[in-house]
Amino acid sequence: MTKIIEPKKQSNIFKRPSSETGIWSWITTVDHKKIGIMYGYAAFFFLLIGGIEALLLRIQLASPDNNFLSAAEYNAMFTMHGTTMIFLAIMPISAAFFNYLLPLQIGARDVAFPRLNALSFWIFIFGGVFLYSTFLFGTAGAPQGGYLAEEVSRLGSAPNGGWFGYQPNAGFKYSPGTAMDYWAIGLQILGIASLVSAFNFITTILNMRTKGMRLMRMPVFTWMTFAVSFLLAFSLPIIAIALFYVTFDRQFGTTFFLTEGGGDPILWQHLFWLFGHPEVYILILPAFGIVSEVLPTFSRKPLFGYPAIVFAGFGIAFIGFGVWAHHMFASAISPVAQAGFGLSTMVIAVPTGVKIFNWLGTIWGGKLKLNTPMLFSLGFIGMFVIGGLSGVTHSIVPADTQQTDTYYVVAHFHYVLFGGAMFGIFSGLYYWFPKVWGKMYNEALGKIHFWLMIIGFNLTFGPMHWLGLQGQVRRTWVYAEETNLGFWNLIVSIGAFIIALSILVFMANWIYSKRKGPEAGFDPWDARTIEWSIPSPTPVWNFSKAPEVKSLDDFWHMKYDEDEDGRPVRKEGADALLAELEEEGLNPSEEIVLPNPSYFPIILASGLPFLGYAVIYKMLPLAILGTLLILIGSFGWGTEPLEEEFMEDLENE
Amino acid sequence: MSDSHSYPHEPTGVETRKLGFWIFLSTEILFFGTLITTFMIFKGRDFPGIKLTDVYDIPFTSVSSFVLLMSSLTMVLAHNALENNDQEKTRVWLLSTAMLGAVFLAGQIYEFTEFYHKGFELSSNIFSSTFYVLTGFHGLHVFIGVVLLLALWGIGQRQKGLSLDGGMNLEFVALYWHFVDIVWIVLFTVVYLI
Repeated sequence: MTKIIEPKKQSNIFKRPSSETGIWSWITTVDHKKIGIMYGYAAFFFLLIGGIEALLLRIQLASPDNNFLSAAEYNAMFTMHGTTMIFLAIMPISAAFFNYLLPLQIGARDVAFPRLNALSFWIFIFGGVFLYSTFLFGTAGAPQGGYLAEEVSRLGSAPNGGWFGYQPNAGFKYSPGTAMDYWAIGLQILGIASLVSAFNFITTILNMRTKGMRLMRMPVFTWMTFAVSFLLAFSLPIIAIALFYVTFDRQFGTTFFLTEGGGDPILWQHLFWLFGHPEVYILILPAFGIVSEVLPTFSRKPLFGYPAIVFAGFGIAFIGFGVWAHHMFASAISPVAQAGFGLSTMVIAVPTGVKIFNWLGTIWGGKLKLNTPMLFSLGFIGMFVIGGLSGVTHSIVPADTQQTDTYYVVAHFHYVLFGGAMFGIFSGLYYWFPKVWGKMYNEALGKIHFWLMIIGFNLTFGPMHWLGLQGQVRRTWVYAEETNLGFWNLIVSIGAFIIALSILVFMANWIYSKRKGPEAGFDPWDARTIEWSIPSPTPVWNFSKAPEVKSLDDFWHMKYDEDEDGRPVRKEGADALLAELEEEGLNPSEEIVLPNPSYFPIILASGLPFLGYAVIYKMLPLAILGTLLILIGSFGWGTEPLEEEFMEDLENE
Repeated sequence: MSDSHSYPHEPTGVETRKLGFWIFLSTEILFFGTLITTFMIFKGRDFPGIKLTDVYDIPFTSVSSFVLLMSSLTMVLAHNALENNDQEKTRVWLLSTAMLGAVFLAGQIYEFTEFYHKGFELSSNIFSSTFYVLTGFHGLHVFIGVVLLLALWGIGQRQKGLSLDGGMNLEFVALYWHFVDIVWIVLFTVVYLI
């Protein structure tokens, strides 16, 4: 019989939340699985918005001399597209994977700090809402008498200085109005969310591993989460300070990035890219982790060179802090610096290449099963190699100077961030779909999604390479007919709509399969890692008792032996063992104490946007309201009884 | 945790909350590192206008720095008293630490006001901007520290008193306080002395 002891529903000041279903159970949850699912849906929502923004851009560029969008609207759309995709779509969708999978992969019952985890999520939500409230309240005026001076629509009232916010263009002089303040403070709030989750994941990986889960037995996805968490923890403080400077410059008359007062606009570029380049690896490493899980499972072989892939991941993370100025070759940095950063950019291709060969070695000679996750992982390798190769061309400074601010660069980073990160993420979404919902997605629709997406993707971003080399400039809202760029731009725009179509197929598949899909069983892929050794969907307590891990790919070794040639042979008792595992997973034999739900993470997080508005509009009541919410949240948080205290009381009774 | 609970914990041997706190402090180093780097970059530049060296008073700041350093001593004494389970002394030392921190903050407010009246304003030029944002950011940390110390002192008034396990306890506040003090040693050297 299931014995779950719920802690007492009381607290010193407020009643503890007690809903187990319905909306309150989601708002107050501290369960890493629920938080992961919420992260996923919220990120996908923002992905759709970012996608719509991209489509608007492509409609405008589909024909020469178009006037579908005004210049101001175009600026706002490309700024919000970049900001949304990076900070509100890919980062949180990676966080969704971290949240859901990390405790399962290391055999833990939850993350180290469940309430902090909920706090990260709610700060992310409030940060996203704050940033997008610019469409309601923001103003993005053009400089008086400037080229762009025109009546600006609501659509154009969003941040318009680019996701990179280069100074002094994004300063108050050239970007008057409040929109860029929304951008700076919005990113600041989103940064806090990621920073808090980074502490949480590092501590979880170090301290919550189950018996026998040594570091070198952890699944690669967990390793990549570890690397990403360090990148977040050490790069976000830099951008946080830089964004402080921007806000001070815009609101309080300082001159950090303005030459008028002795400041330096290039300092912004340094600080931004010192964060911004590690950020690139923050976006791509989770996909590396996902692909490293999917390829061995569908090749029915162990991952080729596990230690190499782990150390290459950390090599990338480490060198990632030493390549930032290759984003700045066109600014006035010295030739020595150019040579140095050119070299380090070439060097970072080495560990990346190591990984590519590891993946190829993994599928080499394997019995490949071409299910949708596998297709996306293979697509990932192909697209990422193209993006990686065009990336290395940027290390050649003279070539880079030619390519700077052209569509060649746009092609490059979409091949790594869409062809790389997004393909890896879709691979993971299909791979773990049965784990999360207990149902199987529709394979035919999945394959249609893949083929539409890879065709649409290459139609969209492939031609951008030569458009860029022909001289089409980034971030310009029109091009003249005489440039002869019209044909390929039309192809690009058609490709973008094919991608949109493939996303619709994905959504249909997801919604349908989640309700009506066939039962998946708890190990549909004959997988290798221990998250598949528990029932699907994952029970609220994860593991009914702490698993003991004896080797890398422990779950695989429970099911398979090797013959003399090293080929896997299914053990005789494997099926009985699986049945036993499922039975045991559903019926824990010991008392389980789960972390308490709490109101306070959402209350604490809700204070931050008010502080943001208070800075923008210099309104004291809003500042007081925000501070009060944070204080109430912290106080309630601090006085809530902990599970340990509850256990003590239980024993004393 | 009771023994019937099969979940093992802490393969690193460091308590989970403490480990998380150390990681938090390591990112704080980068916060201050970025601020100090910015300050240093501009310190060496030549730009017309008022400079910190025109307005500062090193003897005064030395005294307030000394006060802050002494608060680290009282913090250690508080921690020590709690280890000996002397609740009375713990409270006394906690309160004195908070008071010393408050004196430092008062000194900083006085200093800022003085500088402001001498024409060294936040938006005067890059030297004043970097100075106020850097030392102000540190001052904010001291302020949060004082609030935490007072909160601990308040919790210490309960029947049960304070203990060294569970929650945001005295040990973490002590770690934070020492960290903020160490940062000030660096700041004082970088901003005022060199």
